[in-house]
Amino acid sequence: MSVKILGKSAAFYDTYERRPGSNQEQTHYCPGCGHGILHKLIAEALLDYGVAENSVFISPVGCSVFAYYYFNAGNIQAAHGRAPAVATGVKRALPESIVISYQGDGDLAAIGGNEILHAANRGEAMTVFFVNNAIYGMTGGQMAPTTLIGQKTTTTPYGRTLQNEGYPIRMAEIISNLESPVYVERVMMADTRSINAARKAVRKGIKNQIEKKGFSFIEVLSTCPTGWKMSAPQSQEWIKTTLSENFPLGVYKDVADQVEPLNLEQNLATPARVPKLLGLDQDNMSFDDSEMKLAANIDQEIKISGFGGQGVLSLGIWLSEIGMRENLEVSWIPSYGPEMRGGTANCHVKLSNRSIGSPLVTHPTILVAMNRPSLEKFEEDVVEGGAIIWDSTLIDVEPARKDIVNIPVPATQIAKEIGNTRISNVVLLGVLSGFSDFLDPMVVQRVLPLIFKKKHLLEINLKAFQKGLELGKEINN
Amino acid sequence: MAKARGLVAVNVEECKGCRLCVEACPVDVLHLTNTFNTHGYSPAEYDGEGCTGCGICYYACPEPGAITVYKNWAEAQEAYICQTKKVPSRLTVIDSVKGLAQCEACGQEVILSNFSNLSFAE
Ligand SMILES: Cc1ncc(C[n+]2csc(CCOP(=O)(O)OP(=O)(O)O)c2C)c(N)n1
Ligand code: SF4
Ligand code: SF4
Ligand code: SF4
Repeated sequence: MSVKILGKSAAFYDTYERRPGSNQEQTHYCPGCGHGILHKLIAEALLDYGVAENSVFISPVGCSVFAYYYFNAGNIQAAHGRAPAVATGVKRALPESIVISYQGDGDLAAIGGNEILHAANRGEAMTVFFVNNAIYGMTGGQMAPTTLIGQKTTTTPYGRTLQNEGYPIRMAEIISNLESPVYVERVMMADTRSINAARKAVRKGIKNQIEKKGFSFIEVLSTCPTGWKMSAPQSQEWIKTTLSENFPLGVYKDVADQVEPLNLEQNLATPARVPKLLGLDQDNMSFDDSEMKLAANIDQEIKISGFGGQGVLSLGIWLSEIGMRENLEVSWIPSYGPEMRGGTANCHVKLSNRSIGSPLVTHPTILVAMNRPSLEKFEEDVVEGGAIIWDSTLIDVEPARKDIVNIPVPATQIAKEIGNTRISNVVLLGVLSGFSDFLDPMVVQRVLPLIFKKKHLLEINLKAFQKGLELGKEINN
Repeated sequence: MAKARGLVAVNVEECKGCRLCVEACPVDVLHLTNTFNTHGYSPAEYDGEGCTGCGICYYACPEPGAITVYKNWAEAQEAYICQTKKVPSRLTVIDSVKGLAQCEACGQEVILSNFSNLSFAE
């Protein structure tokens, strides 16, 4: 028979090394704060069900923003109110993981009210722990949507009134009115009995997720001795006598036993499915017969910038289309003003044979500037030894930098000679391909027909590309 | 009268003196001290006898590692495995208030709140 000991759960770190300062043995919570009790109940359940290692804990903004100091699990800290959105992403990408969205009442019911409604409505297979302490704890005791009528906070110094602030929002009731959630309960942590009931609810919420039952929501009435200006025992008493009178405890919905487990793999973007989604399976392209030797280490960060309508964003997309067919990792993100045409636009493209962390390009290895404001704006950002390719038909100044490769191209002039100024971006694509070691001209010429499906369009674009390619090769010689 | 078969050990440095365990203990065997720990809190302490091992204080306490409850001390003390010699041993309480015991095999002091570093026979 094994020895029964109740003590610090192995789902917590031994020492809280992520916590700054000298005190790494205690949590950062105030004495008597309910967050700690709930953390313990969650940790115990994760360990008992053998899923601690496989869990992802999403910390909110609020006093529990630092929950990742403590849980020996996967941890993500989400923007205020967005924990359900982050949890959605994690759960969909990793359906086997146990995902916990842990949120306070300011976080969940105020700024994140929209996020939680839609995550619940979609029936995301996650477990939400909603800590209702009727106040904003972290920021110093402001009114929360759950603050009681008459309750004094720093922003309701005379007490919350119906006329000014409306009724406290009862989230468990609201969530339970949606179709998708499988389990909604409100518990409190105010004495031995209620903590035991909370413990059961926590376990049920996590077990539901293990059994792939869908969205579970556990609202926990929890002490905030600091915000309430009470001792810890008084705070528990106030939950019993007052808070729970306004937020009735109980199971609001439980259909977990009646629903079939979800098939969470159904819509998973597996490596096998992605090429199909991107249309890559139809090209049937194999580049083993490529004439060009791609550079061994490709790590290009390209910024393309110009007026809207110059094909800035398209050029970026083509680069990523080409990169994908060269088996590179690629990313593309656009950045443009609200205007459809005429405003400035730029896009960030990364091509690499390593995985890409962030799609943002702040220090381009190559800047493609298609108008003067773009050159002036981004010239400074280019890395030393990087290249600036610029349209010398439209830009009447030279780059000032001498530590970069300066490539003026009369792209608009060339495009005009071929018959359409709007294909200047294809000329620039040709130049890029000609002078670089990561854009195989043969691959480009196979990708162009996928982009320009009409024959006459394809013809002039191939011409523009060819012209650019020649120029690009000359630069290299 | 409930049977005193348990043993509670407070980790003084993890305690924040919130009093929730003191209020929760059904047999009233915990109290707050008048001293301070290094973080400036007056920690809880065991009266030294009477713990039933019910575990209520463990769940009442917000700090993950402040309270350790040996639900059945007699069983635990016999199942102890010496940390230095790695042999089956036996624990004797030397200070129940401070949660200190002694290992029979090596004679060394054992801090009972440090349970994750202790081992017991299955
Ligand atoms: C976007 C944004 N808006 C506002 C804040 C400021 N802020 C930090 S915590 C908080 C309220 C947290 O209250 P609650 O969710 O009730 O958590 P508690 O601290 O009570 O646990 C606010 C408004 C922020 N960090 N980010
Ligand atoms: S302010 Fe309130 S919610 Fe925040 S740690 Fe302190 S007691 Fe807990
Ligand atoms: S285990 Fe039970 S009896 Fe022992 S100190 Fe804790 S609450 Fe009191
Ligand atoms: S409940 Fe925990 S933190 Fe509070 S006094 Fe007791 S042992 Fe200390």
